[in-house]
Amino acid sequence: MADIAHPAELAHQFEDMDQQLDSSVFGMWVFLAQEIMFFGGLFVAYTIYRGAYPEAFREASHHLDLRLGGFNTVVLIASSLTMALAVRAAQLGQRAAIVANLLLTLALGSVFLAVKAYEYHHKYVEHLVPGLGFSFEGSHPANAQMFFVFYFLMTGMHALHMVVGAGLLLYFIHKARRGVYHAGYYGPVEIMGLYWHFVDIVWIFLFPMLYLIG
Amino acid sequence: MTRTHYLNVQYGFRSWLLTKDHKRIALLYLASITLFFFLGGAFAVMVRLELVTPPGDLMQAETYNRMFTMHGVMMIFFFLIPSIPAVLGNFLVPMMIGARDLAFPRVNLLSWYLYIIGGVFALVAAVSGGVDTGWTFYTPYSSTYSNSAVIATAVGVFVAGFSSILTGLNFIVTIHKMRAPGLTWFRLPLFIWAHYATSVIQILGTPVLAITIVLLAAERLAGVGIFDPKLGGDPILFQHLFWFYSHPAVYIMILPGMGVISELVTCFSRKKIFGYGFIAMSSVAIAVLGFLVWAHHMFVSGQSIYASMVFSVLSFLVAVPSAIKVFNWTATLYKGSIVYMTPILYAFGFIGLFTIGGLTGLFLSTLAIDVHVHDTYFVVAHFHYIMVGGAVMAYLGGIHFWWPKISGRMYPEGWARFSALVLFVGFNLTFFPQFLLGYLGMPRRYHAYPEEFQVLNVMSSAGASILGVGYLIPMVYLVWSMRYGKPAPDNPWGAKGLEWTTSSPPVTENFEQTPVVTEEAYVYQVEEEAPVG
Repeated sequence: MADIAHPAELAHQFEDMDQQLDSSVFGMWVFLAQEIMFFGGLFVAYTIYRGAYPEAFREASHHLDLRLGGFNTVVLIASSLTMALAVRAAQLGQRAAIVANLLLTLALGSVFLAVKAYEYHHKYVEHLVPGLGFSFEGSHPANAQMFFVFYFLMTGMHALHMVVGAGLLLYFIHKARRGVYHAGYYGPVEIMGLYWHFVDIVWIFLFPMLYLIG
Repeated sequence: MTRTHYLNVQYGFRSWLLTKDHKRIALLYLASITLFFFLGGAFAVMVRLELVTPPGDLMQAETYNRMFTMHGVMMIFFFLIPSIPAVLGNFLVPMMIGARDLAFPRVNLLSWYLYIIGGVFALVAAVSGGVDTGWTFYTPYSSTYSNSAVIATAVGVFVAGFSSILTGLNFIVTIHKMRAPGLTWFRLPLFIWAHYATSVIQILGTPVLAITIVLLAAERLAGVGIFDPKLGGDPILFQHLFWFYSHPAVYIMILPGMGVISELVTCFSRKKIFGYGFIAMSSVAIAVLGFLVWAHHMFVSGQSIYASMVFSVLSFLVAVPSAIKVFNWTATLYKGSIVYMTPILYAFGFIGLFTIGGLTGLFLSTLAIDVHVHDTYFVVAHFHYIMVGGAVMAYLGGIHFWWPKISGRMYPEGWARFSALVLFVGFNLTFFPQFLLGYLGMPRRYHAYPEEFQVLNVMSSAGASILGVGYLIPMVYLVWSMRYGKPAPDNPWGAKGLEWTTSSPPVTENFEQTPVVTEEAYVYQVEEEAPVG
């Protein structure tokens, strides 16, 4: 079955590049549906307990640093912009622009993670990490602890997705530098973009749910 | 000169363990889920042995708890969930739609490795003393009090869940994007519709179980309150999250079986299936409604009575699409030229047993009756009629039907019919008495019981031994047939469907050239030649 026009990037199971691109983009959307349900379970549990213990959650939320959270929100939105520019550059086959924008995205993602790590450390110093000598001076320490359980689980899961995304970015930067992506083959960058935007959007929900309920 | 096909194109462990061919991955799954099936069966043997006599004499109550838990965990997460999709679906979905492989072959292989990693965790849990929470892992027992291998089992289930998600993802994309020219949605085999609906459940349900397990593990490992009421948590929330996956998971187990039965019934009645559109859409309806009935597992949990009423009504509703399927299969058989070969014997078994399982499900969704039979053997019998009488029968029927395509060999028809009969008898003797036991009030999950229940329990255990023989016979002759069976023709049943237009066993890329579809599914005509055995 020797195809006349059989580009090297075309996997054997696909008929043509369009089908391959469509399939991989659709596959990422299906994966993101799965991700939404995964985070959805956490959001439901959080919402139930916030409804049950509104006072304690409000009180506990005051211990989060609004400025750092807000700063990180801006950083992530900026990284979504650079990611979108990288996808655009890939579609146009501009190698230097792909690499530059992916690098910027990686840098912004790293800033986010660094700030997050600082926040975590700060919580540890303040004895606000459940399971690690948690102590809370307020009217409902047990329920405040639950707030922090969800804070760490939700932002932790999100940070884990960021770390995976950063690893993928490194891989794509490496590939892009070697000129793998061009106007006829940019699918991987495009689905990387979808993933990155999804992770950003999760944060857009996490930020008000955790930081802005005071 | 032997022909080159997917089985002999390469030899050696590497060629199997690093394969990206969906057919070889299907066989990897076949081997591994068979192992777990017999492991789970071994735990069932222990359960049935203990229950031969009323007092708890064979084992301690604590040991018994571990036995039925490990039976449930192995059978549900490591056999039933992957069974038809990961073996038959993996093998057939690309072939039925005229594709060379699934959309993401590497993801497919990854899903098998995830399954194996999850399985290893479950095995580690089994040999390190097992887990005693029941397969439902109810909190706070599982998160605070149980002294068994909860975490290892939970990690195993978590990882295996992602294997299931990736299989579903692959199917959805493949079915959407890779159908052969001319193969429109309403020309698809019903097996494909069933797998599509199943995949949607796998994608949307499984991650909720995953995050629930994360929460459970967090509570158990860090001692922080999430579900434990002592720490401000809500144990009912765990049940909601758990059943949000685990009820739809029942449909992950049965829907692919329904897909298999649709294929068998129409082929062996030599007749176009009755009500194609209704069967296809009822699969979708089951997937949708299946997400809205989870709290019928919690009628006695103390949840709001109004919630219970809504969930009761919705549970009645989900029976409608299932019934539509049964009626359509029956109408297909009606005035068909039925050829009584092994696959349709399994299909008959499925239709009868699934109907009993489904109808008793209606008993259970009735609030007042559920209060009486909740957590009794009535429930145990009900879901075994669906999962063993339904899903496993369909799985075996499908394995027999497509065995010539998978292995290139015919299985011995006489032995196969005999074992189908043995299975049917053994199954009913095992599980019918359990309906009676449950109705009379015998609770599930106890290792001892009053003497008046002994006769029915002995019947059940005797049936289980027959059932065990019924499973061992096909195991032996199918393996035997791989070497000594008659070589299979390309289409031994005179069946419709693209998978029968290619050689047995198929070449690595399934088809010599991409097929073009010009007609609907199942255009059987009675005059056509009968299948050869």
